[in-house]
Amino acid sequence: MFARKKKGFLGVAAVVLAGSLVVPLLSIGATASAAPKPHVTLNHTNTVFSSGVMYSPPTIWNPNEQGSFATGTEGFLYETLFLYNPITNLYIPWLAKSGKWTSTTTYVLTLRSGIDWVSDVASGQAVKGTMTGADVVFTIMLAKNDPGIYYSNLAKDVKSATAVGNTVTVTFKHPAAEDWQSFLYQDPILPSSSVYGMGAWTTAELNTDANAAPVGSGPMSLDTANTNSEEVCYRTNPHWGVGAALGLSFKFLHWCDTVNSSNNVELTDFLTGVIDLSNNFLPGIASLIHAASPGGSTYGNISTYYPRPPYMLSANTVWLEPNLSKAPMNNLYFRKAVAEAINESQIVNVDYSNLVTAANPTGLMPSQSSYVDTAAVKQYGFSFNKTLAKADLKKSSYSGQTVTIECPDGWTDWMAAINLMVKDLKTVGIKAEALFPSYATRTSDIEDGTYDFAIDNNASIAADPYNYFYRMFRLPVEKVQSAQDNWERFTGPVATKAWNLVQELNATAMSATSTRQGIFNQLETIELQNLPEIPVWYNGAWAQYSSTNWKNWPHSGTKTDQYTPVMWGGWLGQMTTVLALAQLVHTPKA
Amino acid sequence: MRRYFLKKISIYLLTFWVAVTIDWGIPRLMPGDPLQVFLLKFQAQPDAQKYLQAYFYKAFGFNQPLWKQYLYYWDGIFHWNLGVSMFYYPTPVATVIGQHIFYTMGLLVPAIVCAYFVGNRLGAMAARRKVLDNSILPASYLISGTPYQWFAMLLAFFLGALWHLLPESNAFAFGTTPVWTWTFIGNFLEHWILPFLSLFFIMLGGWAIGMRNLIIYELESDYAHWLQMLGSPARLVRRYAYRNAVLPQLTGLALALGTFVAGQIVTEVVFNYQGVGLLFFNAITNSDIFLMQGAFLLVIIGVLVANFAIDIVYVLVDPRTRVSMMGAEG
Repeated sequence: MFARKKKGFLGVAAVVLAGSLVVPLLSIGATASAAPKPHVTLNHTNTVFSSGVMYSPPTIWNPNEQGSFATGTEGFLYETLFLYNPITNLYIPWLAKSGKWTSTTTYVLTLRSGIDWVSDVASGQAVKGTMTGADVVFTIMLAKNDPGIYYSNLAKDVKSATAVGNTVTVTFKHPAAEDWQSFLYQDPILPSSSVYGMGAWTTAELNTDANAAPVGSGPMSLDTANTNSEEVCYRTNPHWGVGAALGLSFKFLHWCDTVNSSNNVELTDFLTGVIDLSNNFLPGIASLIHAASPGGSTYGNISTYYPRPPYMLSANTVWLEPNLSKAPMNNLYFRKAVAEAINESQIVNVDYSNLVTAANPTGLMPSQSSYVDTAAVKQYGFSFNKTLAKADLKKSSYSGQTVTIECPDGWTDWMAAINLMVKDLKTVGIKAEALFPSYATRTSDIEDGTYDFAIDNNASIAADPYNYFYRMFRLPVEKVQSAQDNWERFTGPVATKAWNLVQELNATAMSATSTRQGIFNQLETIELQNLPEIPVWYNGAWAQYSSTNWKNWPHSGTKTDQYTPVMWGGWLGQMTTVLALAQLVHTPKA
Repeated sequence: MRRYFLKKISIYLLTFWVAVTIDWGIPRLMPGDPLQVFLLKFQAQPDAQKYLQAYFYKAFGFNQPLWKQYLYYWDGIFHWNLGVSMFYYPTPVATVIGQHIFYTMGLLVPAIVCAYFVGNRLGAMAARRKVLDNSILPASYLISGTPYQWFAMLLAFFLGALWHLLPESNAFAFGTTPVWTWTFIGNFLEHWILPFLSLFFIMLGGWAIGMRNLIIYELESDYAHWLQMLGSPARLVRRYAYRNAVLPQLTGLALALGTFVAGQIVTEVVFNYQGVGLLFFNAITNSDIFLMQGAFLLVIIGVLVANFAIDIVYVLVDPRTRVSMMGAEG
């Protein structure tokens, strides 16, 4: 009787469970069957899976919406005229076959022939047209015609742009070497056709339209059938023009970049082989790489660019950013005391387990080390020295108020770094407090100028330090600093001098290397003497790979070592990540 | 009875109006400027930033006076137009919620219903004999006191990461498209097991404890003693006791089902399960006031509908309520 009762109980339980699942399953099916076809199940034999870029579902493929578009919009769909290789510090002709300054105010470039504009997979990857110089002119002139375009700074420089076939001539009002150099490798070329391109789009559409059916020239086209709220997928474009010209092709059929979640989920997905390339910061990955060496471990086949510290390439400089519009941050001796009190090595060793390196006092990236004015660093640079810190603090007339250091809540590595900084500051007599507001509040605090100190890493890797100093010295300071420049609010005669030097740099020909170096030296001296920002460490270009399914990832000391393994915006479409992906081959199963 | 329900409906309408007003107002009182957070993504030069700021200020309706924004919100509710999400821009809020609600439904409804069913049975068993009471009750206390996220992480680590028995994240595998095929259903169910178990076991304890206490209370009541004195079999007495004890549990079930639309934030974050809980989390941390309004509206509607449903169910299942209503009307 008990067995009969138990069976009855289990039977009813099973019915209850199944019944409560029916409605949701039917609902998922009803909403999902509207997904565009063809949709197939992708797997690791034909697809590479990556993570570490998107924190929200992919909804935008408009390259003008920098920071909002889905992974692959730049790089897979839309391409730039040149690529920049931060490892070799060289430019690679990409859409352009060649380009040069024919005078200080005239630049002539020649576009490659045979570059096709291709639509997305759902509509059959049809070739819509061929790229011509008119597309390049259209893209350039958007700087003047579209007030919301992200490269609108070019508008004050460009006088005209004309095309004869695939030859484009750009005439400038004045020399604008840096702004133009940035455009060449940072800004993708857009289709100008009013039929399949953006030629007939309004200003509002150019800046806010999702562009859900993109027509691009790149190595892949959007696979809308397999894209959903958890991932964006692309399918290899058989009509890839640059690939044909350079003899490049992808050995995989699909690429899917997944939406990020918490670190523990990302780490598990990576270690269990669900993800092939992870551009997430994965705390503790260094110990797992060592554990994966021959001799055995649970997790094999994982590696990073360097096999030893710092494991990762450097991506940007992390600043401790003082709010110079408030006391005591506006006191130079106070800033010096703070800079000298912080033990960067401890942050590198304890917080990051040697996944990063300490910054030099100028904050210029390792790839820009040739620009560092070593004499100025020797004379004016700061280093970890508690004695000097206490002496400078005394000179600052610090009155003992508590200062806060903030970063967004949940950015755990920065939170840990701030906690270490707070301890360091207390040992020299500075009262400091860590603050971890929401991302929204932190952003408002910085833009409104109500914060004390914040952690910031807006100056990313670039060919030379122009972008770095642009971000540091840009003037004027607005009431709400909504652009990510001069968040520290450095103003005054010295700041004006620095900003004038930055603009002078833009007006100096790229070939005038000694003149440019002289300007960089002056900017570095101003920075070191005034400490508008306190460089602390270089954030890593987080990249760890699993060779379980795909191999030939970039490693230093191999023939892939000049390729960047990062899918982030600003890397995939601008640096050598596409070249890295073209090296991948499928790992044969043992 | 008609008067009873009319009175109830009036109260619910008033409650709905107050709740929706609070729902509209609270996100606007949060610190930080949501438009600033939204525009940070665009990474534009200052002059372009000014253009975008002016455009989106108008597009999101912030240029309107507050009272107009409030009235537009009510108009939107009646047309089920809840605005455009800032975090999931340019997807409408109603679409975003629609994409996530069914995953929450598929996770929480089975977990709540099964935990209710199994928990009540276990609680009733515990009240039957001391031996069972001494084992089921402490176990239930232990289980119900366990934090959801801790248990979820244990399941994810052992059954997912370490032993590779089940997938430990997402609602379906990467590379799978949610379409109505057996492949997807199998994949969905495989990913569903761990989040379901993490909720089922924790919820189970609470129902068991509640039912055990209620059964003991009913068995000590006068009618139970009377039946025992009349020589009724113990099984009959327990059956009557169970029917009476299940009434308060029914209220709890209705409330639990009513609030399921809020999702289970910690579980969905641990498993990266694309439900409404994760929506709440993203909306709040990214100051998406329109998504917050939409998600909270869902909770308001769910709770009110559940309360109304329980009012009806009580009238149907509890004869004492029917009699008292008739007496009141007479």
